[in-house]
Formats: sequence, C-alpha cells, structure tokens
Amino acid sequence: MVQAIVLLPLLGFLVAGIGNRALGDLGARLVTTIAVGVACALAWLVFLRQWEGEGAYVVTVAEWFSSGALRVSWQLRVDMLVAVMLVVVTTVSALVHLYSWGYMAEDSSQPRFFAYLSLFTFAMLMLVTAESLVQLFFGWEGVGLASYLLIGFWYERPAAKAAAIKAFVVNRVGDFGFMLGLFAAFLVFGTLDLSDMLAAVPRHRDTTIELLGTPVDALTAIALLLFVGAMGKSAQLGLHTWLPDAMEGPTPVSALIHAATMVTAGVFLVCRLSPLFEAAPLALDVVTYLGAATALFAATVATTQHDIKRVIAYSTCSQLGFMFFAAGIGAYGAAMFHLFTHAFFKALLFLGAGSVIHAMHHEQDMRRYGGLARHVPLTFAAMTVGTLAITGFFFTAGYYSKDGILFSAFARGREPALVAFAVGLVTALLTSFYSWRLVFLTFFGAPRWDGHHHAPHESPPSMLVPLGVLALGALGAGALFHEAYIGAHHPFWQGAIVHDRAFAAAAHDVPALVHWAPAIAMAAGFLIALRQYVLKPGAAEDFVRTFHTLHGFFYRKWYFDELYDALFVRPARALGRMFWQGGDLGLIDRLGPDGVSAAVGAGASAARRFQSGLLQAYAMVMLVGVAGLVTWLLAAR
Amino acid sequence: MLSAMILLPLVGAAVVGLLGDAVRARWVALLTTLAVLGLALGLWAGFDTSTAAFQYVERAEPFGGLFSWHLGIDGIGLVLILLSAFLMPFAILAGWESVRERVPEYLAAFLVMEAFIIGVFAALDLILFYVFFEAGLIPMYLIIGVWGGKRRIYASYKFFLYTLLGSVLMLLAMIWMVREAGTTDIPALMAHDFPLSAQRWLWLGFFASFAVKMPMWPVHTWLPDAHVEAPTAGSMILAGVLLKMGGYGFLRFSLPMFPEASAEFVGLVFALSMVAVVYTSLVALAQEDMKKLIAYSSVAHMAFVTGGLFALNTQGLEGAMFVMVSHGLVSAALFFCVGVVYDRLHTREIARYGGLATNMPRYALFFLLFTLASIALPGTSGFVGEFLALMGIFSASSLAGVVMATGVILGAAYMLWLYARVAYGRIVHDDVRAMPDLKPREWAVMLPLAASVLWLGVNPGPVLAPVRAPVESLMARLVERGVVADASLSPARATGAG
Repeated sequence: MVQAIVLLPLLGFLVAGIGNRALGDLGARLVTTIAVGVACALAWLVFLRQWEGEGAYVVTVAEWFSSGALRVSWQLRVDMLVAVMLVVVTTVSALVHLYSWGYMAEDSSQPRFFAYLSLFTFAMLMLVTAESLVQLFFGWEGVGLASYLLIGFWYERPAAKAAAIKAFVVNRVGDFGFMLGLFAAFLVFGTLDLSDMLAAVPRHRDTTIELLGTPVDALTAIALLLFVGAMGKSAQLGLHTWLPDAMEGPTPVSALIHAATMVTAGVFLVCRLSPLFEAAPLALDVVTYLGAATALFAATVATTQHDIKRVIAYSTCSQLGFMFFAAGIGAYGAAMFHLFTHAFFKALLFLGAGSVIHAMHHEQDMRRYGGLARHVPLTFAAMTVGTLAITGFFFTAGYYSKDGILFSAFARGREPALVAFAVGLVTALLTSFYSWRLVFLTFFGAPRWDGHHHAPHESPPSMLVPLGVLALGALGAGALFHEAYIGAHHPFWQGAIVHDRAFAAAAHDVPALVHWAPAIAMAAGFLIALRQYVLKPGAAEDFVRTFHTLHGFFYRKWYFDELYDALFVRPARALGRMFWQGGDLGLIDRLGPDGVSAAVGAGASAARRFQSGLLQAYAMVMLVGVAGLVTWLLAAR
Repeated sequence: MLSAMILLPLVGAAVVGLLGDAVRARWVALLTTLAVLGLALGLWAGFDTSTAAFQYVERAEPFGGLFSWHLGIDGIGLVLILLSAFLMPFAILAGWESVRERVPEYLAAFLVMEAFIIGVFAALDLILFYVFFEAGLIPMYLIIGVWGGKRRIYASYKFFLYTLLGSVLMLLAMIWMVREAGTTDIPALMAHDFPLSAQRWLWLGFFASFAVKMPMWPVHTWLPDAHVEAPTAGSMILAGVLLKMGGYGFLRFSLPMFPEASAEFVGLVFALSMVAVVYTSLVALAQEDMKKLIAYSSVAHMAFVTGGLFALNTQGLEGAMFVMVSHGLVSAALFFCVGVVYDRLHTREIARYGGLATNMPRYALFFLLFTLASIALPGTSGFVGEFLALMGIFSASSLAGVVMATGVILGAAYMLWLYARVAYGRIVHDDVRAMPDLKPREWAVMLPLAASVLWLGVNPGPVLAPVRAPVESLMARLVERGVVADASLSPARATGAG
C-alpha cells in the first residue's frame, strides 16, 4: 500500500509532464489530483493502522547502488512517525491540488504546474519513507528541485528567477553539511540504513572521529552536520534567507511546500534521528538555541512586512523555530505535534491569503487592502480561524501544540530549555500581534484600494472547499490528537521517536502561572494589534516614526541579505574574475604556453608559422618516441 | 573482436575519405559508429563481471617481437569503451548540418579518432598504448585547427604545447620502465615491483601526461580555449572521452605500477584537486561564454575523479570511475545543448540569450535535466559518482572532503545561474524569439543521452558491476604492498568504537 502512496504522485507527474499540452489543462488537473487524492486516502488508512498498533515495517523495492561496505536500497519504511508525515503531506497536497484548479485557472501552463506539484509530492514521500539516509537525501534534494521549479514557475519575472536560484543554492549550503554528515555517519556506523544506525548509537557514545585534524565526539559531529542540512531546508536562522524570497512562487506552492511540508523536513529529520540526538546533548543544545533564536528573529521581522505573503513566510520560519527548540529540549512528540497542526493552520493562512490575492487581482501589498471582510466573507472567516489557531486561542489546534511546546520547555528546567521558554513566550506575543495585524490591515478599516480597478470577489468553490477542510483541521486537530501525540499515557509513537512519558507527564503538570502565560501573551498581542490598527488609526505610523531605527532593522530583515551579499556573493564573483584574469590568463598562460611561444622567439605570427608544421612536428615526436623505445628494447636484448 | 572494433572505424574512415560526397559520407560515418556501438554492446553482453582478469584478449606479433599487438579489457576498459562507442554516433549527428566544409575529411578524422580511443582503452602493450594515446590526439588537433572557430590556431597550439610536455615526460618514464622490467607487457608491468626511488620519477613522468589530459589545475588552461574553438562534436568527444584517458592512465599505470609512490603523492594530488574544485568553480561563475563555463566546470568535475582515485579506497575508486562515465554523458550533452543554440544564433555569449523556456520548451527541459545531472542531483547519474568519490575522499582526509564538497554549492550556483540566464527571463531579442525548438535530429541526440543519464542515476549497477572486480584487485595490490591498511571504508578512523 505504501508503494502506491509514493508512486501515485510520480505517476501523476509523469502523465501530466509528458502528456503536457496533448493532455490539456483539465486532463492534467484530473490525473494529478485524483492520483494524489487516492494516495491521501491510502495514507489515512496507513495512519489508522499504525495507530492501532500494526508496528513498523520496511518494504524493499530494489537495490540502488553499492560500493564496498556501503549498500543503498530503495526501501520504504512505515512507522508511526512516517504515518504522521504521510498524512500531512498527502492531505495538504491533495487540497492544494484542488485549490489550484481555481487559483491557476487563468494560467497558460497548467499541466506543467500540476506536474511539478505532483513531482514535489513524490519527492517528499520518498523523503519521509526513506529507510536509507541516502534515499532520504534523494527526497531531500528532490523536494529542493521541485521547490526551485515552482518558485521559478513564472520564470519570465526576474524576481522569480533570482529567488529560485537563491533557494536552491542556500539549500545546497545545508546539503553540504548533510552530505558531510552522511560521510561521517558511514565512517562511524558502517551503514546508512536508519534502523541499523540508530540501533548502533549506544555503542558509539564514546567514539571519536578526526575532523579537520581534531578529534571530536562522533555522534555530536554527525548530529550537528546533519542539522546543518535541516537548517537549510527548514530555513533556520543563518540559512533562512531563501524562504521569504520563495514567495515569488504561486501561492498554492507557498502553502504546500513553503509552509506545510517541505520546510518541516528538517524537523522531521531531527525527530527521525531522535535516538542519535539524544546521545549528543551538545547538538541538542545547539538545536534549542538556534530554534529559539529563529522563532524570535522571524517574528520580529514579520511584525513589519507589508507583503501579506512575506508576513506569513516569516511566521512559518518562526513556527519552525518553535518546532526545533521543542526537539532540542527532547520533546520530539511536541515538535511533531506542532508540525502536524501547523500544517493545517499555516496552509489555511496561505491559501486564505491566496484567496485574498486572487480577489485583489494579484495585489499582495497590505497597504492597498482594507475593509475586505464584506467582500470576501468566507475567506475572512477562514483567515480568522487560521489566525485563532496560530495564536493559540483556546481549544484550537495551536492552543494544544504550541502550549505543549512551551510547557515542555518549562518542565525540562535546564538552562537552554528555560531560555527557550522565555523566548517562546515573547514570540507568542509577537505572533499574536503580527497575525492580528495582518487580519486587521486586510479585512478591517476603510478600503485603501482603488474601487475602479479592483472589484474584490469571493473565490470559486474549488478554492473554498480546501479552505473549509483546513479550517476544520485548524480548529479540531489539536483537541482530537493531543492525547495521542503528546500525552503521557498513550502508546501512540510506539518507539518511532524518543518519547519520554515522564517528561510528557511533567509538561502537563506545570504551575498555574505558566499554564496561563501563553494565553496572556496571546491576549496582549491581540490587544496591541487591535489598538494600533483598529481603535487608533495612525498609531502604527506614529510608532514607526518614534522607533525609526529599530523598525528599519526589523523591516530590512536584520540586514541578512546585505550581509551575505557583502560576505559571500560579491567576494565569490570578485575571486572568480581574479582567478580567471589574473590566475589563468595573467599567470599560468603567461608563464606557460604564451611564455614558451615568446621564448622561442615567436609572438602570434611565429605561432602561425609554427602551426603549419605543428602536426608534422607532433607526429615526428611520437615517431621518435616509438623509435627510441624500440631502440632501447633492442639494446636491452 | 577488439581488433575489429579498432579496424572498423579505420575502414569506415577510408571509405568516407574516398567517397568525397558529403551526404553519403555522413551516412557511412554514422553507420560505422553504430556498428562499433553494436560490437561494444556485444562485448558488454559477453563480459564476465566476476573477474578482474583481462577478457577478449588478442595477441599477435606483427612487430618482430619488439612489441605486441596485445589487446584485452577488464571492467574499467569495458566501461570506457562503451562510453566512447555510445557517444560517437551522437558526435556524428551533432555536426550533421553545421559542418559544411571538407565534410568527408571531418568525418574521417572522427572515425580515426574513435579507432585510436578504443585502442587506448584496449591496449595491453605499453608501446601500443603509447601510439594510440598520442596518435588519438592528432585527429582532435585537426578538428580544432581546421574546423574550429576564429582563434583555432592559438587554441590548437596551446593544446599541442601542453600535450607535448606531458608526452615527452611520459615517454622518458616508459623508456626507463621497459629498460628496468624488460617487458612492454602491461599486465606484467602491473605486477612488477619497481624500487621506490625509481617509482617516484616514473610516477611523476606519467603524472605529467595524465594531469594535462584530465586536466588538473594548473595545467588546465588549454581546455577552455580548445572547447571554445572546437566544433560542437569536437567538444563532445573532447569532454566526453578524451579527458577520461587521463583518469584511465592513473588507474591502469600510476596506481598499480607505482603503488608506494602513489601513496606518497596523495598529498600533492589532493592539494591540486582541492584547488581545482574551488578555483575553477569560481572562475566558472565569472564566465560570459557558455562553452568556457562548461569547460571550467569540467575541470572542477575531473578534480572529483583525481581526488577519488587517490583516496585509495573502494568508494573513492568506484566513485571516480562513475564520475568519469557520468561526466562523459553529461558534458557531451551540455556541449550539444550549447551547439543547438549556437547553430541557431551563432554566438556563445550567455547574455545574448534568455527566455528560451518560452519558445524552446523541449530544449529547455533537456538542458535543465543535464544541468541538474551536472550538479549531481540524486536520481541523475551525476549523483552516484560524486557521492561515492566524495565519501572516499572524506574518509581519506576530512579536510580534502570538506573543501571539495564545497563544489556541490558552487556547482549549483554557476550551473543554475547559467541555466537561468539562458532559459529563464523574458525574451528581449527578436532573433532569439525566432529560434525554433528541437528538430528530429536533435531529439535523436538528446533523448538517448537523457535516458541514459536518468537510467544510470536510478540504477547505476551496469557501470558499477564491471568496475567492482578490477577495483577489488587494485585494492588488494595496494593492501599487499602495505600502502593502505584496509580495502573498504571502515570505522578504522573512528576510535573507541564498540
């Protein structure tokens, strides 16, 4: 069955990709959407079976390659962790396929679009079901490719073109670490198959490897190198710069790839390798601090952006930070639970934003929105649900998952966890603020758009149905699943990830003040946004004027792009030119071939004369050589 | 059978030369290369991958016993002969319309070159090898010098000068070897134990020639010029096959014949390879000419080969072999991609293009696939080799592994930027807008190359299986000579395990 789940989207991709124009728009839509839809139904079946305790199993499809002791096979692994990912990926993918019927209706290359969506889904499924880390890397790079293709889908736009390259190259920086992590893992474990590797972790607690001349703890090194890969894919601080730019892709893509699924691959990786990370406490602390830093950083930037998609993109970045610090403090269940609920409410927010953008004829600047609630009431309702969920309003999905993370951090009690708890609370406030700011700027107040050019209209059913389904998830997924994912009594994970039940129980039993702290932060964020953007029009502008520098710093995204441009991009180009003009032409050629020709009294004209006899000369040298060899042979007799 | 594969293209060349008619010459040349490919597939079908022994051995003494017509292949030779025979028909097709002057001579040059290339990979006699190795360059030299671009004289002169330097030093080394061992028989030489003091000089003599062929930094500067001036088909064979003669030389001569010296010079090879990856990748980033960019990327990719070979472990060696095959397919395909647009617009300047995805979507798709294979995306042939080679390099030296792995970042940067500048964006020039998509002849080149790149990416067994036994036997020799401790990567470098 798992084979069918993985291969159906591939089939959809191939049919739509090869059929392309011949298949037509409707044909491509139907084939890909049905394929992913069936995969989704099967995925839920697998999920239920796993939940009932079917147990982990591995299906071998074929050998991929082997060399020496390294054996890599195409294998599909199913356990509870995989089942959760299967459900998340196929559900959001199916809904996004459907949503795109409406959103992309006027696009002229729909077969290509749907083919790419299905290609992405296939690669993501290969990633999550991988038993070999090399297959995981196949999926890892495959989703990167799909992301590249979809960010650059409107390839005529310069911004899309640049964003696509940036996404791929920044991810490659992460993959560089990932690959080194694979090499180190193979050196230590002698295998890259997950089951064997993780089973061998206890035996290597004291193993050291030599890295760049220094002996280092093997498990820590492997965990950190692989985490560099996770940072790239999941846009964590330092390697996050591609994600906001990725918003150049069509909005359904942002929802599927850059919010719900691909960007969570890093979190999945850390959870998948939780036994390894548990044995590398230093690596866990790094994950915690970096996750917390990302959560806060991205939230500060999100408070200042004008582009509706960029706000949500930074929000995604921030929420991924939450998931990472959850994993870093050892609350893998909480990290996965937030990944699960976030998929629903973030996809909802993105698709809702897409619906607004659709209504506003591709205007994305919130300064030209306002008062849209009347015009697109269903979209407004969906966005409100999504906002309630992300801010953690009582009994919504985010309430259970985000609070679960914060309580876990408090319950852990060690230093990085407590720092993360504090940072998480501040971030929760900021999250509430920027999320409501988005809603108020978009749906409330006086219209700031030109009524002659824009006639906002509600989206078609193909777009509203996915919004409805996701809204149900954003409201109910937390209440329905929290006992299973983060409960202290439920054998949900069945060993698929490290799940410390005593820790889970402690996280449910925090002091009342801690228990209410997230709610207070949420309310504070809401009230500030309400005051600034609804009750006191103009207050926001006054604030910006007063805190000009700070706002500029946040608005310019802490100057990361400028910094990287100065540190890496420009020096790389300058070095390239220097090596080329100075090294190759100026030094090697001048001292080498050109120098030789000058030395034999030549210059260009002599080289030309030389040329006519060159071939003969060459053949001559060869003949003389053979003659010489033969003479030596004769002499040797 | 090997003799037939060498003689057949020579006969074909004679027929083509005598015909004097361009159209018929093209068909004869194409059919000849297809027949050779058929024979190569025959070799493959009958090949026993379980042994490192040379197969299809032929031995004759037409040279009065001074040296022999001694041919035979192991898995390494087989794979490289297959690669050459596979690429040659596409090279003929690539120049089908664009070459209009002295067509029979042009085609004859290719056929002669094919004969010599197969000779290089099949020769089991040192002198025979030397003759094929050096003579194989003459047709390429002519192809650049006669059918090349504006600066063809300079390019072929540079090509000649570098190669000459390498040949002379290799020749001296060969003379000494034959003197010392008293035989020109390659299998005998591979088992001969040369004294270490001699090994060092011999190793350096061969290194001079193979390093130029690869080419390794800093003797690489002939390659960009040669590629830029060569006609499309010339570039395809140059990058696809001729560069592999260097890697083959290391595998057949340097490593088995001079194992101790090879181990001593690992540092040198690693250092040059590390510089090559970073340096030429950065230079590639600065290029404005499509062919130059791909030529520089070739140098970077070949550094994975030299690094993998001198990692002196199974993964490194097998990875290096796989990189050679994959790069052969991918670089030939990329040069063909340049040729396709060059035939239409007669410029290689990247900035003149842009937006080709709009009016040449099929072309853009193939170009994308080969770009991705070039940056070693898993699922394409590029990945398996680079992954294994880097794994081997990393376990031999983490520093070399880390530095060379930066190639995966830089490679993505320059290739995707090239692709974006050519295929993405809005079309600005009318002549670019008027360019038609692929013709049937171009499909006939693109499709098989694309299929093989994908097929080997998902199922690399056909290349890895024949190589396994020769690599095992080479590793056994290195272990026997005490050069390396263990054939395969193992937790040896990890201490405190268990």
